[in-house]
Amino acid sequence: MRDRKLNKSMPLDVKWKEITPGGMIFDAGNAEDFRTGDWRAMKPVWIVDKCTQCMLCPPVCPDTAIPVRDKKRLDYDYDHCKGCGVCVRVCPFDAIDFVREEE
Amino acid sequence: MAIRERLSGNEAIAVAMRQINPDVVAAFPITPSTEIPQYFSQFVANGAVQTEFVAVESEHSAMSACIGAQAAGGRTMTATSANGLALMWEMLYIAAASRLPVTMCCVNRSLSGPLNIHNDHQDSMGARDSGWIQLYSENNQEAYDNFLQAVRIGEHHNVVLPVMVCQDGFITSHAVENLELLEDEKVRAFIGEYKPDHYLMNTAEPIAVGPLDLPNYFFEHRRQQAQAMINAKQVILDVAKEFEALTGRKYGLFEKYELDDAEVAIVIINSSAGTAKTVVDDLRAKGVKAGLLKIRVFRPFPAEEIATVLRHIKALAVMDKAEGFSAVGGPVFNEVKAALYGVSDGIKVVNYIYGLGGRDVKAEQIELVYSELQKIVETGIIGDTYRYVGVRE
Repeated sequence: MRDRKLNKSMPLDVKWKEITPGGMIFDAGNAEDFRTGDWRAMKPVWIVDKCTQCMLCPPVCPDTAIPVRDKKRLDYDYDHCKGCGVCVRVCPFDAIDFVREEE
Repeated sequence: MAIRERLSGNEAIAVAMRQINPDVVAAFPITPSTEIPQYFSQFVANGAVQTEFVAVESEHSAMSACIGAQAAGGRTMTATSANGLALMWEMLYIAAASRLPVTMCCVNRSLSGPLNIHNDHQDSMGARDSGWIQLYSENNQEAYDNFLQAVRIGEHHNVVLPVMVCQDGFITSHAVENLELLEDEKVRAFIGEYKPDHYLMNTAEPIAVGPLDLPNYFFEHRRQQAQAMINAKQVILDVAKEFEALTGRKYGLFEKYELDDAEVAIVIINSSAGTAKTVVDDLRAKGVKAGLLKIRVFRPFPAEEIATVLRHIKALAVMDKAEGFSAVGGPVFNEVKAALYGVSDGIKVVNYIYGLGGRDVKAEQIELVYSELQKIVETGIIGDTYRYVGVRE
């Protein structure tokens, strides 16, 4: 059970002899690997034409699913957006539509 | 040269803790284990140890603090009894599953209700499936010796599990007995420095401990934890051997007393084994082939070894100082009977619930059990296997 056998990257098919003891996580920021976007029932849709880049939406996103680059928001990271709708509520310009998630 | 001393069982544990000088002790007082943190906090106040003593607000917090400190990379200890252990319940499982070798002295006391502060084994027996290694102690010397060995066992890299050292509330925790202590430097040499493979304070290897473990990984973690408990058996024996070389005192998974040629025998745990041994001596003097098996290690349960040494017994009584309310017998009975199944099916096995809530366990009660066993051998009739002894009928 020492390091030599330990698979610190925890691949999905890791076997019990190699799994990290007690579920210890050695890989910082690995939540990114877990696609919580699968949980979404409602989906925010960014309407670029209406968006003023006021930047109210990115900080309220609980999943950091609104990427920001050069002081501007980009389109959603749908792998991690859970569809909570907080960004929809906070937008003063109706620049985010909220639609049912299609299969 | 060993140090001859007179100490109560609680003092003996507190002295062992002082000699080990752990990084953190977090505890909350509860009868009859209160004296352990009480004595130990005096050692802290007097500068006899460098330990951080955390006077927490509950036992749930005591175990939580131990878990946090152990995960950080510290050697951590606590003590509790009865409802205190019950309040730790949630965290007991987390300590074990997070693979944190915390060491605890459980001073056995009945679990309320009705409210009772006296000895039986309902508290630690209830925690038997929590993933903790459990060592039981007949007297003060064994409590001290088990506590020293517990640290080595739990921290061994093939184990990495928490260990509970149990002793009987008041009977050994408060009774003062002669015992032999090791010198401080010998204890420190035996215990060694705590060197966990992974810990939170290690800046060279940032880790997270105790995360969410979803269906894809949880099963593998449980399997790995189960292996640690399987591995513990050999480690317990190896540590005992090393301890024997140091002290001359021999420990195993259990102790056999006049068992090898016995026809009738009892299986018993903790202090009542002492009472039962005098009964065995008396019966032997009268020509009765009586024997005894005292379980030291209940988790992991030494099923194969117990079945082997009991193979030749004609009638066996398993003594439970705990009521499991299964309506068919106590926890030790169930384990022993299961161990014998398919290996020694010819043995006639009965269960006795005894000494609950501090009811005095007298030699006459044990004698009665042996005479009932002799009756079973003579008549071949077992009768009811789920029995009580010492209760007013």
